[in-house]
This record gives sequence, C-alpha cells and structure tokens, in this order.
Amino acid sequence: MITKRIVLRFPKEMVDRAVVWRLAKDFNLEFNILKAEVSPAEEGILVLELKGKDDDYQRGVDYLKKSGVKIQLLSEDIVLDHQHCVDCGLCVALCPTQALRYDSESLQVEFFQEKCLACGICIGVCPYKAITISF
Amino acid sequence: MRSIQEINEKIKKKEAVVITKEELLALAEEKSSRQLLEEIDVVTTATFGPMCSSGIYFNIGHTSPKIKLGGGKVTLNNVPAYAAFAAADLFLGASALPEDGPRNSVYPGKFSYGGGHIIEDLVAGKDIVLEAFTYGTDCYPRRSLQSYVNIKDLNEANLFNIRNAYQNYNVAVNSSSRIIYTYMGMLRPEFGNATFSSAGCLSPLLCDPYFRHIGIGTRLFLGGGVGYVVWWGTQFNASPPRSDKGVPQEAGGSIAVIGDLKQMSKEFIRGASIQGYGVSLAVGIGVALPLTDEETLKYLLVKDEDIYAPVVDYAYDYPNRREKVLAKVSYRDLKSGRIILKGKEIPASSFSSLRKARQIMKELKEWIKEGRFLLTEKVGDFPRTGHAPRPFKERPL
Repeated sequence: MITKRIVLRFPKEMVDRAVVWRLAKDFNLEFNILKAEVSPAEEGILVLELKGKDDDYQRGVDYLKKSGVKIQLLSEDIVLDHQHCVDCGLCVALCPTQALRYDSESLQVEFFQEKCLACGICIGVCPYKAITISF
Repeated sequence: MRSIQEINEKIKKKEAVVITKEELLALAEEKSSRQLLEEIDVVTTATFGPMCSSGIYFNIGHTSPKIKLGGGKVTLNNVPAYAAFAAADLFLGASALPEDGPRNSVYPGKFSYGGGHIIEDLVAGKDIVLEAFTYGTDCYPRRSLQSYVNIKDLNEANLFNIRNAYQNYNVAVNSSSRIIYTYMGMLRPEFGNATFSSAGCLSPLLCDPYFRHIGIGTRLFLGGGVGYVVWWGTQFNASPPRSDKGVPQEAGGSIAVIGDLKQMSKEFIRGASIQGYGVSLAVGIGVALPLTDEETLKYLLVKDEDIYAPVVDYAYDYPNRREKVLAKVSYRDLKSGRIILKGKEIPASSFSSLRKARQIMKELKEWIKEGRFLLTEKVGDFPRTGHAPRPFKERPL
C-alpha cells in the first residue's frame, strides 16, 4: 500500500473532461480531494491524496500523464526557509516520515523533500512560519 | 583567583582569554581544572527561545496639538498597547493579540500576529500603524491620532522582560487520548512525544546556579544589543530541589532584563506563533561569566548529563495545578531527540535553539575579545532562600 499527495495541473482544453473518476474505477485507487480549483477555460489545479497498491498507483499516475495532466508531488511545494528557521527542531519529532531531521553537529534542521508526505503538521507547529506550502 | 577588575583590565587591553561554554567543555577533556583556571578569563553562555513575559516600552514624542495617550485606547497594527502612563509613553507585551482576531475559536488557533511580531517588526525597522483615541484636556486637546511610527523616530524604545532565561524547565507530555496544543507545542496523545525548552548546559543561569555572579546590575547580551539584569524574574524560586552538584532540578530562578531595542537585531528578537496557544517573543540572551575562582569553574563545567528536567503531564496535571513529576530526564537524552518514558522510547524536541545559543556565545566572545564589552560586579543579590512562587490564593466574593 502506498499513500501519496500529488498536485495535478489540467491544461485549459482538458478541464471539461472527466478523468479522476477512472483512478477509482480502473486502478482501484482511493482518492481524497484536498483542494480543487477548476473553472471553465482556465488551467485547473487539483490536489489529491491517493491510496492504493504500489503498481496500481504507478499505472494510475501513468494514465493521468498520458491524458495530458501534469503531475508533481505535493511535497515539492513545501519549502523550509532557512532565513526564518531558528533551528529549534520543534518540528523534527512531529514529522511522521523523518523528512525533517536535526543535525547535532551543525545544530540545524534539514528537510528531505523526497521523504515528505505533505501532511502539513510542521507548517502549523513552526512558531516562526518557516515552513510553507504553496499550490 | 582573579578579580573582575583584573579581568576587565585585560579586556580593555584586548588580552583577555575568552571561550564559549562549548569550547570550555571540549578543553576540559584534556586539561585539568587548575590549567583551565590559569589560562581562561571569561566563559560565554547563552540561550534563545520563546519567553512570553517580555515586552517593550517606548515614547513616541509629542504631537501638535498634543495628545494624552495615558488613559486612552491605543493600538499598534491593530494590537492593543498599554496606555496608562503619561501622555506619550506606551507599553506592549509579547502576548498581546488583535482584539478582533480569531484566537482559538478556530481550534487550534494560528496566532499569526501579535505583540511579539510587532516587537520584531519594530526591530526590523518596519513602519507600524498607531491608532489612538482618548479624551481631551486643556493641556492635551487632541483626541485621536492615526499615523505610521518607526523605531528610528521613537525617543526611547526599550525591551523590558520581567521573566527570562529560566534556569531549568518542564518537559511536557500528554497522557490523554487526544492531541493537545500547549505553550510547549503540539503534544501527541498517549505520551506520543515530549517537548522541552532549555538550552541545558549552555543556559546562563544553569552555569551560575547559586547566582554567585549573576545579580542585579549584570551586563549581558540581549537580543543583539547590550542589556542589563534589573531584578530577579517573577515566579522566582530561590530554593528549587537541587542535585548533588547544585543543579536546579526544576524551573528555579530567572531574570528580569532591560535593553535598548534600537541596538537589537531580528536575528535575536523574533515573534513566535504558538499553535493553539498564543503569541510570544523569542529572545536571545548571553551572559559572560568571569572565571574568578575554582567554585565558578566547578559550576561552569556542568554538562547536559548532569542536568535533569521534570517530565510533566500537560493534559491533566499541569492545567489543574497538580504538581506531579512523572519522571526526570537528562538534557543529554533530551538533546539526542529520544527519551525513555514509562519503558517506551518517545521523540523529544525543543523550543530552544541551540544554533542561536552557539551564535550568541560566539558573538559575545568577540565583543569581549575586541574590548567592547566589560564584565560587571553585581550591585545587588537575588533572594537566597525562602523566596518561592506561591499559588494564587482564591477568595470568593
């Protein structure tokens, strides 16, 4: 089983096509819509959490890409701003995937994007608003 | 043995040997106490973290015609300031919130802006909107004022913190079955994580646990500028339980400090938004301790493994003022990111920035080496015994 949060960008000409329902029907993927901005004749943005078997997930994502949807992991939109971060490390213990880690030599917090699930816990917890998400 | 005056003479000649607390612990691995005492004059210590009992007072100068802010209502960026001094003086506390803000009504509240952020914005040189409504008098006829203000135009702007740099502090956990949001951060249910908020062995007041050097009048590094200890902090506990080495095993003492806000820097003065709790101000404080005698060195050599903090349940015990300590854990374990509680390993994380503490220790060390910062002999002592915080005595009407 795999759970991923992804951002889907639909080009203008695709906005009126039904696409996402096939993820459930053809690929057995459970999807949860976290954010949707789809209006006629404009680029559409959909943020989804997808849950399913690894190969179903891969096939589903391939299908979306072939349909012309641009896909990116939501975690790519998460940024740790080292200008704002004081490196207290409060977020580190709360990160469920250890995407945030504390280096006890440099005394700094490091963000490993590839491990991030974009759960957003760190965003709320950071007292200095040093972690942001934009999509 | 050397006196503070002797050390200051060396500082003036730029000959003083100054090291940071981290450097001292490293040197202590290879040198004897006697050698350390002979070779070193000053050791710098520091802490950086949210300290809610912080605030500023400032004077805006007189308008024409004049306005009497004292007794009126004043807001800064929509956050109410305390206007109950004379005509042009104001006070703003770190925890102040906008009157129309959502607070915790959308739980957990974000507390994205408040007193602490205004203090940071002022330090950063940003314009702040001041709005005042008051009554008129013969000598102060004006009744309202709406204007931008900037720190550079204020007559005086001083940071004045009534309780900072606690000697030691609780480790927070949550025994309940739901997530709780506290001033110690988000706590997961069933003891899912622990948070702490002291710099441990780097923290100034833990390096001078009996206040032999730190007292009224002590000069220090405050928020990037020079400040002074003006008094002991509120809720001061002169007789906390101590370890064999004299280390306070709970909050213990704290200091009230003052300093010129205009000298300070955003690097060391930061507004903090604590989810579900409120707004605070993170303050950087550094204290340089003179290595006058063996006793000073003994206390300065305190390590994280010597310092234990009480683990307290913030779901039931803390809010209901039940003074129950679940366990004691060392800062060595806390700083490793894992502690053992009730036989289970749980993640621990900190509110205190060790990176900033290190930065402050180094900066203060440079000030002293360059002869820009002289050490002080305290001019008054903190309470020694018999001074402990008492709970509120509630007397129903």
